[in-house]
Amino acid sequence: MIAGNLAAAFAPLASGGGFSPPGPADFDLPGIAGTSVTKPMVMIVLSAVLIFAVTYAMSRKAELVPGRLQYAGEWAYGSVRNGIARDIIGTDHFMKFVPYLFTLFAFVLVNNYFGMIPFVQFPTFSHSGFAYGLAALSWLLYNGVGIWKHGALGYLKHTCVPSGVRGPVLLLIAPLEFLSNILVRPVTLALRLFANMFAGHLLLILFALGGEYLLFEAFSPINAVGGVLAWVMFFGVSALELLVMFLQAYVFTLLTAMYVSGAVADEH
Amino acid sequence: MNGDINGSLNMLGYGIATIGPALAVGLIFAAYINGVARQPEAQSRLQSIAILGFALAEALAIIGIALAFVLN
Repeated sequence: MIAGNLAAAFAPLASGGGFSPPGPADFDLPGIAGTSVTKPMVMIVLSAVLIFAVTYAMSRKAELVPGRLQYAGEWAYGSVRNGIARDIIGTDHFMKFVPYLFTLFAFVLVNNYFGMIPFVQFPTFSHSGFAYGLAALSWLLYNGVGIWKHGALGYLKHTCVPSGVRGPVLLLIAPLEFLSNILVRPVTLALRLFANMFAGHLLLILFALGGEYLLFEAFSPINAVGGVLAWVMFFGVSALELLVMFLQAYVFTLLTAMYVSGAVADEH
Repeated sequence: MNGDINGSLNMLGYGIATIGPALAVGLIFAAYINGVARQPEAQSRLQSIAILGFALAEALAIIGIALAFVLN
């Protein structure tokens, strides 16, 4: 009976003769109730509200001896502040960037874990537009900080000329450095987050639908073994995804901090 | 039940393209483990370098998957 319900639930996705593999089209969700507002749009606003509510609750009754909630908040904030910002940007002026870095980390983390929460189950950043926006924000930040510190021409020189390089080899090095530091960085930053979320979620869809197809639509003893195996893999990949989601939030924040620290570094 | 295999040749190309980044990630973590084994107290410093290297190597595979879906 449950099997019948499952098969009915998946029927529009895996119908017709043979197995139709899931693709990028599965990520194009229709607008909610006929409007042009889609699920990821709602989720990204929800994540902001959620983070605000949780951090507000954590810091509302700030006491000298923290309670459980306040302790959790301080631990999370402290790990970003000391583990990422202070270690990478350096002790001189890292505090200016801690609010942005902590917000970024929490934002990416919550939006990634939306892919694992039941009934939400859609990582926001598997739509690339959100990732582009976030990467653009980081790009503006580290370039803005560099220009603020060195001046526009000074920052250009700082970016394109690595320390200790002189002479004609600069003709080769400077354009490459410019390309990699100004153009490739934001693109990889956005694509890394987007593609990880997209590929992970696609993998989960594939194992779920493939197992369902083998067990309920193309049933035979050997297919049943494959179907069960596919569902076991589904759980395995889910565990991997939990790790990847955290790692991507961490890497995004870490790389933003590294780019900022490179931009504010003094001339060697 | 039909046994057709359908899909895009792009995915085959992407599969081949992942070999390089996979080796790179393996080498990076091998070096990181070696470093920590030799000098356990350097772990905190090595960790961020290892993660950075991993992210940079992974970017290649990610460009690959993006292009595999985009190019027709």
